[in-house]
Amino acid sequence: MSAMLGGSQALWFVSRASGLAVLAGFSAAVVAGVAARLGPGGRLRLAAGELHRTLALFCVAFLGLHVATAILDPYVKIGWAATVLPLASPYRTLAIGLGALAVDLGGAVLVTSLVRQRLGHRAWRAVHWLAYLAWPTALWHAVTAGNDLRIWWVALVLWGCTAAVGTAVITRLLSWLRGAALPDGALP
Amino acid sequence: MTRPARLRVDFIACDGRRLCAEALPELITLDDWGFPIVSGQDVPPRLLADARATVRACPRLALRLDPGAGGHDRSA
Amino acid sequence: MTGTRLAGTRPRLLYPGTAGLIEHTTRYGPPPSGLGRPQREALIAEVDRAGLTGRGGAGFPTARKLAAVAAAHSPAVVVANGTEGEPASIKDRVLMARSPHLVLDGAVLAAELTGAGRAVIVVHRDVREIMDEAAADRARAGLDRVRLEVRTAAGGFVAGQASAVVRWVQRDVAAPTATPPRLAQRGLRGAPTLVQNVETLAHLALIARYGAAWFRSAGTPAEPGTMLVTVLGAVREPGVLEVGTGTPVGQLLELAGSASGPLQALLLGGYFGAWVDAAGASGRPFSSAGLADLGAGPGAGLVAALPAGVCGLAETARVVRYLAGESAGQCGPCRFGLPAIAEQVEQLADRRSADPWLLRRWLGQVDGRGGCAHPDGAVRLVRSALRTFCAELERHAAGRCSGGPARLLPVPSGSRR
Repeated sequence: MSAMLGGSQALWFVSRASGLAVLAGFSAAVVAGVAARLGPGGRLRLAAGELHRTLALFCVAFLGLHVATAILDPYVKIGWAATVLPLASPYRTLAIGLGALAVDLGGAVLVTSLVRQRLGHRAWRAVHWLAYLAWPTALWHAVTAGNDLRIWWVALVLWGCTAAVGTAVITRLLSWLRGAALPDGALP
Repeated sequence: MTRPARLRVDFIACDGRRLCAEALPELITLDDWGFPIVSGQDVPPRLLADARATVRACPRLALRLDPGAGGHDRSA
Repeated sequence: MTGTRLAGTRPRLLYPGTAGLIEHTTRYGPPPSGLGRPQREALIAEVDRAGLTGRGGAGFPTARKLAAVAAAHSPAVVVANGTEGEPASIKDRVLMARSPHLVLDGAVLAAELTGAGRAVIVVHRDVREIMDEAAADRARAGLDRVRLEVRTAAGGFVAGQASAVVRWVQRDVAAPTATPPRLAQRGLRGAPTLVQNVETLAHLALIARYGAAWFRSAGTPAEPGTMLVTVLGAVREPGVLEVGTGTPVGQLLELAGSASGPLQALLLGGYFGAWVDAAGASGRPFSSAGLADLGAGPGAGLVAALPAGVCGLAETARVVRYLAGESAGQCGPCRFGLPAIAEQVEQLADRRSADPWLLRRWLGQVDGRGGCAHPDGAVRLVRSALRTFCAELERHAAGRCSGGPARLLPVPSGSRR
C-alpha cells in the first residue's frame, strides 16, 4: 500500500512539475512569437521565430508527460477522455475541463502549424489567434487544478509568466491598433 | 533527394519581413525597399537544406522552392 | 476621345449596323449551338488551325486555353474581359458598342466548348447599357443555352488583368491574385475559368461560322487574322481601325487620316508597351515579329503618335506617374519602386538633376518582381523612353528642352480605390 502511495506520489509530483514546465514554456513561446512579429531587425525575428517553434514542441513533450502522469495516477480519477473533453473528469471537473480546453485550442494551433504549407497562410493565421485564448485557459487551469500556489516560488513563476505574456499581448495589441508597419519600416 | 530546385517569391504574400535574407544571405539579398531578390538559378546542393529551412521560416509563406531549371511564364 | 472611324480591310468585327440582334442574325446567321463532343473538339481544332491568339495584350493561343479548360474535371466558367483598363485604348468599347452580339456569341461559344454553364461578361461602364440590352434581347429570344451575366468592370489600369477580373467578379476587389493555381485550373469560385478578351471572343464567333482558312486570309502566316487598333495622338482622324496583323505602321497612320505634322516618336502597344522612333518604325509591320527587335509589340492594339516639338520625356513622366498610382499596392517592389522611378523620370523631364544610376538600378530591381506584369510594363515603357528620347535627354542635360508636355496621352486621376 505504501509502495502504491509512493508511486502515486511520484506520478503526482511529476505531473505538477511538468505542468509548471508547460506553462512556463507556453508563456515563453508567446513572448517569442510576439518578438518574431514585432522584433526590430530580421535577425532577431528569425531567431525568435525558431525559438517560438522549438518552445512549442518542448511544450508538447512536457504536456504529454503532464497529462499521462495525471491520468495514470491512481489516487485521483480523471480518465483519458478528460484530456480533450472538457467536462469528462469526475475529479475537479471544471479545473480539469479548463485543461482539456487548453489542449483542444493548443492542439488546433499545433496541427495547423504542422500542415501550414498545405493549408495556406490565411487559414493558418485564423486558427493561430486561438493561442491567445489557449494561454489564459491554461493559466486558469494551473491556478484551479492544483494546490501549489501556496509554494512561494510556484506563485512567483506564475506571476512572472503572467507579467511576460501580459506585456507581450499588450505590445501586440497596441501594434495592431496602430496598424503599424514593422519597426524597420516594412509592411505589416 | 537532390532534384534541382529554385527559390521563388510570391510578392503578393511577401510583406518585407526580411527573415529570409537573414537566414540565407548566400542566395537572398534585399532590394532598396526591403524585399527579397532571389536569382532564377538553381539552389546549389550544399545549400538545399538551408533553403528548405528558410522557406519554413517565412511567416507569410511567401517563399517557395519550385522544381529548378527552366523558364517561368505568367500567362494565366 | 471621340472617333469611331472604321477603316482598313473589309470590316469583319466592326460591320456597321449589326448592333441589334435581328440585324446581327440576318448578316451572320445563328451561332453554332447544340454541339456534341466530337463537334466541340473539331471546333477547337479549327480554332487551333486558324491560329487565333488573345487580343488583350498577352497573345496566348486561344485554342490551347480552350483545350486546357475543356479538359478540366469540374464545370468551368467563362469570363469575357471587356474591362479595357488601358485609358488610351477604346477598341474594346467600340467593339462592344458596334457588335455586342459577336462578343456574346463568342462568349456563349466559348462556354459550350469548355463545358461551362455560364458566362460572365465584364464590361467597361461606358458600354454597360448596350451589353445589358443585347443580353436581354437574346434571353427574350431564347437564343442561348448558356446563362449570360453582364457586370460592370472596375475602374483602374490593373483591373483588366485576367486574375484581377476574376477576383472582381468574385469579391469586388480588382487586384491580381497569385498564380499558381492557374485560372484554367482554379479561378472563379474555385472553378476552372476561361478568361478571354472580348475581341478574341468576337473573332471566335466568326471562325466558328467561316472557318480557319477564312480567318487566315488576312494577316500574316505567323500572326493570322485581323486586329482592332486604337490610333490616337497627332493624327487627323484618331479612332479605331480593323486591319490585318502585319499591316505597316505607316499605313495605320495614313488610315487614321495621316499625321497632323512631323512625328518624332510612336508609343506602340499601350502604357505597358514601348516608345519607338517614328521614322524607324513607319515601315515595320504592326506585328510581334515585325516590332520585336525595336523592343516593342502590338500589345493591346494601340498606336499613339507624338509630334515633333514636344518633350517626350515629359509625356512619359505623366504616364509613369499614372502607372505608379495605379499599382494594386500588393507587392513591395511595385508599390514602392514605381513611385521612386516616377520621381526620377519627372526630374529628368523637368531638367532637374536626376541620378541616372539610381534610375537604372531601380528599373532593374522592379522588373519582374511583382504578382503581375504591371511593374514589368512600366519598366519597359521607361527603358524605351530612355532609348527613344536620348537626344532629348542630352538637350535636358544642357539645360534645354524641345517644348512643353504635349498632354496627348490620357491619364485619368482617381480611378482606383
